[in-house]
Amino acid sequence: MLEVDGIHTYYGLSHILFGVSLRVEKGQIVCLLGRNGAGKTTTMKSIIGLVRPKQGTIRFKGDEVVGKAPYTLARKGIGYVPDERKIFADLTVGENLEIAERKARNGVGWDRARVYEVFPVLKTIESRRGGYLSGGEQRMLAIGRALMGNPEFLILDEPMEGLAPLMVRLIEEQILRLRETGLTVLMTEQNVASALRLSDHSYVIDDGHIRFQGTVEELKANDEVRRKYLLV
Amino acid sequence: MGRNGECGVFLAFSAHPSLLIRESQRMELTLNLDALSSQLVIGLSRTMILFIVSAGLSFVLGVLRVPNVAHGSLYMIGAFTAYTIMAALGNNLAGFWLALLLAPLVVALVGLIVERGLLSHLYQREHLMLILFTFAIGLILNDLVKFAWGAEYRSVMPPEILEGSLTLFGLAIPRYNLFLLVSGPIVAVGLWLFATKTKIGKISRAAAVDRDMVGVLGINVSWVFAASFVIGCYLAGLGGALVAPTLSITLGMDHTVIIETFLIVTIGGLGNIWGAMIGSLIFGVGQSMGLLILPQYAVVFPYAAVVIVLLLRPTGLLKSVW
Repeated sequence: MLEVDGIHTYYGLSHILFGVSLRVEKGQIVCLLGRNGAGKTTTMKSIIGLVRPKQGTIRFKGDEVVGKAPYTLARKGIGYVPDERKIFADLTVGENLEIAERKARNGVGWDRARVYEVFPVLKTIESRRGGYLSGGEQRMLAIGRALMGNPEFLILDEPMEGLAPLMVRLIEEQILRLRETGLTVLMTEQNVASALRLSDHSYVIDDGHIRFQGTVEELKANDEVRRKYLLV
Repeated sequence: MGRNGECGVFLAFSAHPSLLIRESQRMELTLNLDALSSQLVIGLSRTMILFIVSAGLSFVLGVLRVPNVAHGSLYMIGAFTAYTIMAALGNNLAGFWLALLLAPLVVALVGLIVERGLLSHLYQREHLMLILFTFAIGLILNDLVKFAWGAEYRSVMPPEILEGSLTLFGLAIPRYNLFLLVSGPIVAVGLWLFATKTKIGKISRAAAVDRDMVGVLGINVSWVFAASFVIGCYLAGLGGALVAPTLSITLGMDHTVIIETFLIVTIGGLGNIWGAMIGSLIFGVGQSMGLLILPQYAVVFPYAAVVIVLLLRPTGLLKSVW
């Protein structure tokens, strides 16, 4: 579904990604692991078009998407949950969801009621402004907001970061439920244990280079990679 | 606002005339009260015009982050267009309403052409560049106005039904000022409904804070910007059309307005519509009341208020979206 091939991304003059390649097949949950500053978020931003790689190709459902505006990628079916969450602070929870609503192509899709089924807490704080939510509530809202666009492919940038263990479990459960509905997920995580519980396939990134790729079992078996790049 | 308080004191005072006040003093007091209320009405009318124009400027600043120096020129085009329509149709109600309807739309169309043709390619530029760009647009528009309407003064009368005065609470209030006093709040409520009840209004509020994230949601931010710019221009045109019957319409009428409205949105809080209302009150009422108290320094009052506000609250009285 997604093929990233040898992308080099820069912020101004600083070279961040060095030939990053990864593949995500339909229906998979793939995780990109790495330390802070390893290049995870930049990889995600390159895919959704918020930064433009100078070299390399990114194909989504077979089409080249480098240089396309983020809104066209969203319309092609990519949902994005940024690591800073980026909830619109002046809008209420309901409004945050409302402006993200896009009609599904096949008619049945996400609406506010369905998001509230997945995250019942959001319904109880529907009229609260985004700026007054806790970290966990913001995370749920960010995921719900991405779902309102009826994505086929969801990018989750550090969905568990800073959350209490109970909340991590809740989000994990919902991600697995979403996969059952046919959603493909690419996620980054520093919380290795959580990522490994969820994923089918994993990549390890360090200093802008992909250092390892393989199934979750292979990564679990590879102590050297885990110690060297993930500090576990 | 403080001026209103003083007015209240005056009213209370005159309602219970002290026994100690002699007849001549009482005369002076009633005169003062008349002058005070009429100055207040004039000030509030000016406030409404300033509010409508500065709300447009503030909206564009908030959503697009573009300091539109051409906003005053758009206001002037609104006034000239309204003049042309009213002059063509005669001094009647139909001509007036049509002018009020069409003049802002003409200005909005000018805004749409400027935005789609030029401005939409420049959003990534720094603010200084955007100021220079909109300044250039303002100069071009001013020359086009000179070309179309010439350099002479123009004036129109309000329609008959809005001429003369109406007596309210013993005060003779010019009907047209009363009309302006009603229009301002209607525009304010309309803008508030737009921003809080319509989807595009909500999107524009979101885009004001984080345009990248709005794009990631599948919304073409470029069109949100176009719509917001057009709304801002519409308000400039509406202000121009409303002000047309109250002053002589001439080249250069853009200058005072652009300076005042920029100061208003700065002290009110960039992008904050209610802040624009408060700033307009400070300017409109401050100046008209200043005329009563210290006529020779009246012009200075609002500017002194600006300095004080900026010293105490550099980001403006209400929350800025910047």
